[in-house]
Amino acid sequence: MPHIALPPDLPGIRGAMAFRPETARPLNALVEILLTGPSTLSRGERELIATYVSSRNCTHYCHSIHGAIAAAHLGGDEALVKQVKTDFTQAAISPKLKALLSIAAKVQQDGKLVTAADVQAARSHGATDLEIHDTVLIAAAFCMYNRYVDGLGTDQPDDEALYRERGRRVARDGYVTVSEEYLGSHAHAAHA
Amino acid sequence: MPHIDLPEGLPGISAGFTYRPETAKPMRQLAHILLHEPGSLTPGERELIATFVSSRNNCHFCQASHGAAATSHLGDDAVVKQIKTDFTQAPISDKLKALLVIAGKVQQDGKLVTAADVEAARNQGATDLEIHDTVLIAAAFCMYNRYVDGLGTWQPTDPEMYAQMGRHLASEGYNAPSIKQPMEHTAGQPVA
Repeated sequence: MPHIALPPDLPGIRGAMAFRPETARPLNALVEILLTGPSTLSRGERELIATYVSSRNCTHYCHSIHGAIAAAHLGGDEALVKQVKTDFTQAAISPKLKALLSIAAKVQQDGKLVTAADVQAARSHGATDLEIHDTVLIAAAFCMYNRYVDGLGTDQPDDEALYRERGRRVARDGYVTVSEEYLGSHAHAAHA
Repeated sequence: MPHIDLPEGLPGISAGFTYRPETAKPMRQLAHILLHEPGSLTPGERELIATFVSSRNNCHFCQASHGAAATSHLGDDAVVKQIKTDFTQAPISDKLKALLVIAGKVQQDGKLVTAADVEAARNQGATDLEIHDTVLIAAAFCMYNRYVDGLGTWQPTDPEMYAQMGRHLASEGYNAPSIKQPMEHTAGQPVA
């Protein structure tokens, strides 16, 4: 049961966002730019970073939905997503993405743990400054989203099919478009 | 030295924001809504929550700048210092103390927040919206702090720079930059 009176039937971050549409808008805008905006990292790669950090934070809703979105971008390869969660060093991903995931792992604990050597390792595999920047910010942002979802005690269903179906929709339509369905109908919930 | 080629002479998050204006915009909007727009918690109380979480995350730039913003709102820095060392002894309301307990748990892991923590805040008069915003402020500063530290930004030590920034943040909020011109690095030595 959520800690506060969130709108019913909206699991995970959706209930929290419907409760407070004013903060939901920048939260959705940020994730939209980071994970779907123009980038030299593919959408699948960026979703894998989000999934990995959420998995490290043990936030079931976030690592399930972003894992499903990643799989949708990666041709339905759920095994690859699972491998990134358990041990990315053995996953069939580029050395560049592995180096970026090492940076994300440090940011997930504490940004001060990132070393010049970590950044140099990413660069030696072809990572650009912008890719390193976005990796740091994706990891940092998911330390926020994860805490928001867990800290309010939101409903986090177990049903994998639910995440799979919604993951395909978000991969196709993006975050801002999909969010309008629940931000519209509950636009004044927090002030009711 | 920053890990990537950030603009020279801009301290802390200003450098990240200038480097990537697309992501800066929603990050600024989120801080503005959570910390500056009218709410039933005063801006000073909300800045204290941000300062406390940044202090727990040991992020010098964020705790100094938001501590300075809180000082500007509250008129002196004694409360800010006490919040960082032991908020239970600070001259703040019992409601704010109960909200800081929740923020302290979110800083570690959102799953640590219990129904009893939330009930304790409600017993002191906290509303659902105040509890929501406390969770989101704490979560958001787990992002801002990691972003600032993870990029290895320049974090000056000069208290006067933070005092000026704090006055600007307290009066203008977060939508527009508080630092518009690059600074001489001699204004303060890097922390690390």
